[in-house]
Amino acid sequence: MTAPEIAGGPGAAPATPEHLGGRGAWWRRLPVVRQVRQSVGLQRGMLVAGLVLCAVFVVTAVGARWIAPYGWSQLRTPDGTFGAQQPPSAEHWFGTTVGGYDVLSRVVWGAQTALLVVIVAVLASIVVGVLLGLVSGYFGGWADRILVLVADAVYAFPSLLLAILLAIVISGGQSSMWGGVLAAALSITVVFVPQYFRVVRAEVVRIKSEAFVDAARVLGTPHRRIMTRHVLRNSVRTLPLIVTLNASEAILTLAGLGFLGFGIEPTAAAEWGYDLQRAVADVTSGIWWTALFPGLAIVLAAMGMTLVGESLNDLADPRLRVRARNRKVAGSVAATSVATAPAGESSAAADPKEDS
Amino acid sequence: MAAAPTAGSALGRYVLVRFLLIIPTVLILVTTVFVLMRATGDPITAALGGRLTPDQLAERISAAGYDRPILVQYWEYLTGILTGDFGTTISDNRPVTEVLATYGAATLELSAYAVLVALVLGVPFGMIAAYRRDLLPDAVLRVLAILAYATPVFFAGLLLKLIFSVWLGWFPVAGRVSTGGEIAMRQAGADSGFMLVDAFATGDPAVVLDVLTHAFLPALTLGLLTAGVFLRLVRTNMIGTLGTEYVDAARSRGVRERRLVTAHAWRPALIPIITVAGMQIAMLLVGAVLTETTFEWRGLGFQLSEYLQARDFVAVQGIVVVMAVVVAVTNFLVDVIAALVDPRVRF
Repeated sequence: MTAPEIAGGPGAAPATPEHLGGRGAWWRRLPVVRQVRQSVGLQRGMLVAGLVLCAVFVVTAVGARWIAPYGWSQLRTPDGTFGAQQPPSAEHWFGTTVGGYDVLSRVVWGAQTALLVVIVAVLASIVVGVLLGLVSGYFGGWADRILVLVADAVYAFPSLLLAILLAIVISGGQSSMWGGVLAAALSITVVFVPQYFRVVRAEVVRIKSEAFVDAARVLGTPHRRIMTRHVLRNSVRTLPLIVTLNASEAILTLAGLGFLGFGIEPTAAAEWGYDLQRAVADVTSGIWWTALFPGLAIVLAAMGMTLVGESLNDLADPRLRVRARNRKVAGSVAATSVATAPAGESSAAADPKEDS
Repeated sequence: MAAAPTAGSALGRYVLVRFLLIIPTVLILVTTVFVLMRATGDPITAALGGRLTPDQLAERISAAGYDRPILVQYWEYLTGILTGDFGTTISDNRPVTEVLATYGAATLELSAYAVLVALVLGVPFGMIAAYRRDLLPDAVLRVLAILAYATPVFFAGLLLKLIFSVWLGWFPVAGRVSTGGEIAMRQAGADSGFMLVDAFATGDPAVVLDVLTHAFLPALTLGLLTAGVFLRLVRTNMIGTLGTEYVDAARSRGVRERRLVTAHAWRPALIPIITVAGMQIAMLLVGAVLTETTFEWRGLGFQLSEYLQARDFVAVQGIVVVMAVVVAVTNFLVDVIAALVDPRVRF
């Protein structure tokens, strides 16, 4: 996800409690800006590279209308048709596809499709996952147990296969632009919900036994208010990190769906995975431009988000945040990965001798 | 010796409880798949709708029993699975179990190669990254691992294919064996489904080489994806153990640095590595589906994408359920192995 996304995202605000923001100009306390300032060396390089890639991706997606030389399903100009499988030329910088589309235009428009899917998928999974995790963890009981069991089962399910099944259910496989975007996004959502559910639920279960929650309860605060004001605010701190990593996974899942023929019709929108599927036969006959450019687009977009996610992950550990004042140390503390490697957190805890 | 029976029974109880937990997991998975596939309507209309007249469709639907109440069908499906009956495919009219038996070996073979590649690349480089932490080798390896993660496996496959098969001509473009090799295998009566085993059965080195050159690029493609995961996993856990007191103690005793990494820090890091590596089986299967499709490697994944194109949802359902069960059982086995290696896990 990108800088503006994180700043404006619903789960982002609690990530930067005011008391940790420090002093300085207001913009220095913005989430991502603060982390860039706090990082040094390799860490900063990775974070900045990721942010740049994300920015390019978002600008391309939003400005596709002005950047792309042609439409995504345009086959001809007044001068005549593009022709199929034309190598890169002055008119078509990236060449044309087997279907006679301009590769550059489809790559640029593809960014828009990918961005839409990522936004819808991540927002939907946050809303559903956080809500379920909060209610389930707060009230507990048999419903909680069943939800945990289901979430674990779905979590272990091969994600792309689940997304395929859902794509079949939602759209029957193929559909229009918005239908396809929604189908792909919701398929990915179902894969992600268990992750948010697990993280939020674990935090809620931990926090609800804290003294301040008991205090609120003794004062007669209604459940609703305790849940939203006391528990929720403290449980969503790690979410922005999962969001960035999920965003890259969403791009890859969308591409996988498209590659297996469950994406969006080429006339409805441009989608990188679909273009790669069409390029399989081209590659065999030595036509490289139809596969290379959409593929690189996927790699760069997914890489940008992963770099940001990993860097934020490394910088976000509360045990490391205090040390961030000492820049030299903060730069070398880069071992943990809250969302991806369960063992990471404990290894950081057992690793206090950073300055050796 | 006196403690042995107690420890054994504790382990036994852990394994039993963990085994029983598979049942609800698999039941949830099977139910999910069943509900999702039926939510689109009956499989016959999905596969043949538009190609048959409504009367013919209705006839096929009632012959296959899809017009009965959904709960009856669900019960029948569950009991069918228990007796090893996953239904019959619509597009080519074969029992799903036969499809699984025919193509399962190919997927298993590809996955085994990929894990091998991942172990050979991921583990040593993960150790190096952990030992040279925050220095240049670590930086390079971490970026490479992220690159391996961010590259869709089919794009990596297409690039490798373009460079090494089409431009350089070193490897075949697709498939598992050339026609000549296939004939040799058939004459030798070798049909285990594992190409390498069959190739050795022919006793002809040329056939073995043929099979290996076919397997190289798909194995590398899927292996690189997995290697990136392994590298990160080994790195994170090794950094944890490299910072412990007993490593310092060993270093102060004069144990060589190389041995510190490969023995002292490696062993304790192994348990979380096994656990998380085992959980990557789902990722490996998804990767196999995409890799097989890219290289026309005739395994379950390739078959799955064929059936998806044909909208044959009975076959899709069967393959997906089997893959889900494989994941559940693998996770169980991984937990048991972790318990065997580390007594603390048994609670």
